[in-house]
Parts: sequence; structure tokens; C-alpha cells
Amino acid sequence: MSSRSVPWLKFTAPANFYALAQRLTPWLWAGAALLCLAALYIGFFVAPAEAHQGESYRILYIHVATAWMGMFLYLLMALYGGIYLVWRIKMADIMARSIAPTGALMTFLSLWTGALWGAPTWGTFWVWDARLTSTLVLLFLFLGYIALHGAADDREKGGRAASLLAVIGAINVPIIYFSVDWWYNLHQGSSVIRADGPSMAPSMLTAMLLMIAGIWLYSAAVVLRRAQVEALEREPRSEWAQAAAAGRMTRTQRELAAAESVREHTSQEEGQA
Amino acid sequence: MRRDLSLIVTRRQDVLTVVAFFILVITLFPLALGPDPQKLRTLAPAGVWVAAALASLISLDRLFADDWRDGSLEQLLLAPEPLTVVALAKVAAHWLALGLPLVVLSPALGYALGLEGAELGVLAVSLLLGTPVLSLLGAVGAALTLGVRAGGALMALLILPLYVPVLVLGAGAVTEAMYSSAFYAHLSLLGALLAAALPLLPLAIAGALRIALD
Repeated sequence: MSSRSVPWLKFTAPANFYALAQRLTPWLWAGAALLCLAALYIGFFVAPAEAHQGESYRILYIHVATAWMGMFLYLLMALYGGIYLVWRIKMADIMARSIAPTGALMTFLSLWTGALWGAPTWGTFWVWDARLTSTLVLLFLFLGYIALHGAADDREKGGRAASLLAVIGAINVPIIYFSVDWWYNLHQGSSVIRADGPSMAPSMLTAMLLMIAGIWLYSAAVVLRRAQVEALEREPRSEWAQAAAAGRMTRTQRELAAAESVREHTSQEEGQA
Repeated sequence: MRRDLSLIVTRRQDVLTVVAFFILVITLFPLALGPDPQKLRTLAPAGVWVAAALASLISLDRLFADDWRDGSLEQLLLAPEPLTVVALAKVAAHWLALGLPLVVLSPALGYALGLEGAELGVLAVSLLLGTPVLSLLGAVGAALTLGVRAGGALMALLILPLYVPVLVLGAGAVTEAMYSSAFYAHLSLLGALLAAALPLLPLAIAGALRIALD
């Protein structure tokens, strides 16, 4: 496989990835901050109050964005896990592992904001509704992935086991969703949820789309940053990692690191002798 | 598979422990809920199914662990049979020894909780179709957590979310039968899950075992 056939293949080398992420993240951060602020402004001050739900609906801007992001991140994580299992590209595992905490956070936030929205609207924080339940299951899948990845002594082994779990989970997500959906439809009338409110005002839609884009950029920024750290952690001795770290260390830190590496070096030599 | 079966037969205690666990969990429901027959009856499908899921979970914990520790799992890896078949055989032996008794016992326990007539049959059939899927899924978890710290608790975290569809459909079938409407749909879907799990999950188990043995 030459690097020309698949243009992105270059970034599977941690050094190239690190440089790319270094260049991208400031822009992603800035974009995320701008879009989220704009979305919040439009959502809170410009968009009109909803006819049935009054002001409380405004939290849905965050709710919808995080819920979408949670599901999308799970699929993305499973995709990276699959890539790692098939081609053993180390960067794919790093990416999958970096996605997991953000995905769990998004899923949790969507449950949390959903509960806050449900309290005034449905009169309860929680109902065993199909979507709520399957989102909860999704959260546990994320947590299971993180736990399994962390539990193995050997990082590579943990990565492969967790990737396999992510792939199995991804196949299961639709099944879980449909089974739960079906269970709900069979046994509870839709007394709680209105089928749909009035169609959205344009400013509401704008706010929602801006929020989704903002959350998207935020997730990308955080995941890339976490992947950078993870890549550094896995190859602490390589040249690029040393150079990357040196660029951002203060002088004393650099001296300390140098002393540390000298000490480790000598102790290794002693061990060999 | 014969070896696994005879191993389990020689350690009858394990089977008894799991069966006792299953019965005890079901006993906890009336104790916690009070002896009101009507309430118990509504809860019966859920109770039996949750107990079956938990029993399958705790019994699968040890599925590969002993073989892994004494090295015979590595021998199986080197054996001429594909690891997928070996995994399937192990799960099948496990299910015959530990899943089948639960299925056989379930009508009696369902009766104790107030189910009647055809409902008991549906309960047994739903367990017959559902518990192999639970065993297969649990085996994936057992293989994934081989040689991992805090394996048991971790396995529960990994596997219980995946149990959801089976539990929903299984308990749903019995509940449907109680209101004498169409429970065939639930049972067919359970059968479909089993049909999908039977060829696919052994592959996953074998994959997980290879990772653990690397």
C-alpha cells in the first residue's frame, strides 16, 4: 500500500498526525467557541418561546446536539476499532480510545439535559422511554469500552479487546434500539410524548444547527488533543515526541527530563550488566 | 465438547450452585414484593428472565478461566479444529449443563409466581431460545476479560447492556401470552436473534480468545 493510493495514510504515523492535530486544534477550538456562543445567543435571546413548553425548551439546543454527537461518536469509535483490528494501525486505536471519554460525556450530557427538560415538560426526570433507555445502554457501552481498555496490563492487548467490544456493540446498537423501541410501543401508549410540536421557527433551526456544528468542532478538538497526548505517551522515546515536547516545555522541565532520561539510561545499562 | 461435559459432570457442585442461585433470585422477588398473587403474576416474566440472565452471567464467568490458567486453552488454539468450532463446542457444553436446567425448572418457578397453563409453555420456550444467545454473548465477555483485573465486575458491565434485546423479547413474549395476544412475534424474533448469534458470535469469541492468548 503506497501512501499515494490512500492520501490520509500519511497521518497514521504518529509524528505526522501530531503535526496535523497541532495545526488543526486551535482552529477547531476557535470555531467551536464561536459557533457555541452564537448558538447560545440565538437560542436564548433571539428565538421565540415555544408555544406549549414556554422557555424550558431552550435546553433542547444542547440536548439534541449532544445526543447526536454521542451516537455518532460511538459509530466512529467502532469504525476506528474495526480499522485497528483489521490493519493494526496504532493511530486508529489511539483515536478510538480518545473518542470514548468524549462520547461518554456527550451521552451523559444528553441524558442530563433530557432529564432537566423532562422535569417541567413531562413532569418527571426520567421515563422508561425507548430513546432514553437505549441512550443509557449506549452510555454503558462507552463505559465498558473505557473500563476494558484500561483494565488490561498490556496496552496493545487492551486496545484489541476493547476494539472487538466496540465492533460487537456497534452491531448491537440498532438491535437494542429496535427491541427497546418495540417494547415501549407495545406496552405504553404515547401519552407522555407528543408526536410533534409546532414546526420550528427559522431562528430556532439556526440555533440548533449552529449548536450541532459547535459541538461537532468541540468534540473534534478535544479528541484530537487527547489523541496527541496519547500518541506522546505511547512513544515517549521517539525523536518526534522529544521534539514536540521540547517545544512546549519550560527550560527547567527540559533539564529535568534530560536528567531523568540519563538516569534511566544508566539504570538500564546497569540492569544489562 | 465431551471433555467439557464430563468436566462439568464431575463438578456437579457448580451446576447446583448456579441452579440454586437462579431459584434464590426468584425467591427474592416475592420476599421483597410481598405475597400479593396479582402483583407477583405481573412481575413473574420479568423475575424469571432477570434471574436467568444473572445466573447465566455468573456461571459464564469461569467458562474459559480454568482452561486458560492451566494452559489447555493454548493447546486448543494449536489443535487442528478451528478455534471457532472449539468455542462453539465449549459454549454448547456449558449451555447443556447450566442453561438447560434453568429452562427445565422455569415452568415450576413460573407456576410458583402465579403463571398458568400456556404461559408456562411460552416461558420455557422463550428461555429455550433466549438462554443460548445469553450464553454466547456472555462467552464473548468471558473471553474478552480473560486475565484482566477485576474480570467479573467488568464482565457484567460489558455484557449486561448486550443482554438487553434478549431480555426485552423474552420477558415480552411471556407478558404477551398473559394477555393472550400474539406472542409468536416475540418468539420468532428471539429465534432470529439465536439464528444470527449462532454463526457470528463464535467468531467473536475466537477472536477474543486469540487476543487474550497473544
